[in-house]
Amino acid sequence: MEQRLASTWRMSVNEKKFIESSLLSDLRADGRRPFDYRRLTIKFGREDGSSEVQLGNTHVMAFVTSQLVQPYRDRPNEGTLSFYTEFSPMADPSFEAGRPGEFAVELGRIIDRGLRESKAVDTESLCVISGKLVWAIRIDVHILDNGGNLVDAANIAALAALSTFRRPECTLGGEDGQELIVHPPEVRDPIPLIIHHLPVAVTFGFIGKESIMVIDPTHLEEAVMGGRMTVTLNTNGDVCAIQKAGGDGILQSVIMQCLRIASVKAGDISSKIKNAVESFNTERALRKIKRHSSSSAVEVSEPAQKGGTELSRTHVGRLNSTPEESGVGQSNGMEVDGKILQQETSRRDSGAQSFIGGPSSW
Amino acid sequence: MEFVSPEGLRLDGRRPMEMRQLRAKIGAVDKAHGSAYFEMGNTKVIAAVYGPREVQNRSQQLNDQALVRCEYTMANFSTGDRRRKPKGDRRSTEISLVIRQTMEACIMTHLMPRSQIDIFVQVLQADGGTRSACINAATLALADAGIPMHDLVTSCSAGYLNSTPLLDLNYVEDSAGGPDVTVGILPKSTKVTLLQMDSKLPMDIFENVMQLATEGCKAVANYIREVLLEKTKERQKFHGV
Repeated sequence: MEQRLASTWRMSVNEKKFIESSLLSDLRADGRRPFDYRRLTIKFGREDGSSEVQLGNTHVMAFVTSQLVQPYRDRPNEGTLSFYTEFSPMADPSFEAGRPGEFAVELGRIIDRGLRESKAVDTESLCVISGKLVWAIRIDVHILDNGGNLVDAANIAALAALSTFRRPECTLGGEDGQELIVHPPEVRDPIPLIIHHLPVAVTFGFIGKESIMVIDPTHLEEAVMGGRMTVTLNTNGDVCAIQKAGGDGILQSVIMQCLRIASVKAGDISSKIKNAVESFNTERALRKIKRHSSSSAVEVSEPAQKGGTELSRTHVGRLNSTPEESGVGQSNGMEVDGKILQQETSRRDSGAQSFIGGPSSW
Repeated sequence: MEFVSPEGLRLDGRRPMEMRQLRAKIGAVDKAHGSAYFEMGNTKVIAAVYGPREVQNRSQQLNDQALVRCEYTMANFSTGDRRRKPKGDRRSTEISLVIRQTMEACIMTHLMPRSQIDIFVQVLQADGGTRSACINAATLALADAGIPMHDLVTSCSAGYLNSTPLLDLNYVEDSAGGPDVTVGILPKSTKVTLLQMDSKLPMDIFENVMQLATEGCKAVANYIREVLLEKTKERQKFHGV
């Protein structure tokens, strides 16, 4: 309540009228058309599981951390996924430090529902010992700047952070075979989470008497609008969650129209997330190689440029056929010991012509 | 688990498109300006409305409209396991917000500037669809308090289990992990004001389920109108008009 008031106070009647009347001719205050999304940039931190999302003026950060805990009694074979929001008072004058307000709780619940109820993250693979130890994944979302549409930005940040997060590998060992060994990342490569699909939230605002629909409302539009609807969809066209908590009434046909528009936008956004994650993973893999190569005997000429990714992937394909390597995926392939590397290098030397530039990162 | 038998009956013997029995009573809390008791099968809720009255916290006062507040609580004995839940957990905070915004959509708040309306809803027995029942109870209580409204708001839920759309889920069906769509409509214009959905559902099926829930809302609206009409007649008689 208080939050809504504060943002309304700053707005004059004239400003409100301006937004409402310009929408009648399909114009928005920031130059977009009603169904344009703002510019989205996704950045990652140096370590795994952190992301920074900028959606227009909205700035959100997400961190994912994991911890070994005892599972819930009714779900002994499932890890847990929890979601926390932090509305920093510097982001908006209406955010107060201390307990999360109503809106913070709603935002958390929308994203939480979208991720958990649609089973986007495989929680059963987070089980270590049934009934005793599971991984608890915690997502912390920090709102750094409120430029409107926090839900979508926070959702994208959470998805991006989850897709780059890796938990340490752990095995049972010791004398009795019951001791838990958590391998540090230097010894065994951390494992990424299994994510089945990306549920992307798309928010609509309904403004004015005619309930004109706009996508991705800014904070100014949020102060004017009479209703809001957030739909969470994945690329398969499944609806994962919907939240329209009161406000102006809209017709069912409009809801279905929103869903169709949202599914297109969700496709765009999820491909953007996937691309960003992919380039992060590539970079991560390359970083890793440099560290290994300094210790191994392989000659390194110069850092790889673009295109190295593709070639290094073909390497992985080959390495997988060797008995030592059972894992799949890029990162596993990178973690080969010196012997294979040597093998690989000699093989490479024989066919040096075909490897220009790329493999020098090895 | 089988939620719809081959004969087309659900666990509690209903047909897929059948609602639970509705029962409503106006006037459940003596001190309140308006109150109501609402039952949807085994889900039982009570709602009380205070106001319009003076704003308690002056800093929250609105100069062009009434301030609407809502508090949703679940009694400790309302669920199967009698666990004491902390007051103001995330779920009930969210439901309070949802109910408040839904009721705000139909109250003519601009007629009562600088005043406050409090809605309290309490779940006495929870058997699925508590937020729908709470909204229906709150509508009745608001009408009983004589607060000007554009329209009634009614709500109903629907789900999708065993590839069948089911109307008005009970607790067992609700906790099966399937999709759960809660719809709140303004029955005169059939506009949707509240829409919440969980879990995963393809878009075309979602449309059917939402349609079913909307039909449920209309049925609830008819029942609520009847109850209100009866109460009004009773009052007429009492005043000897």
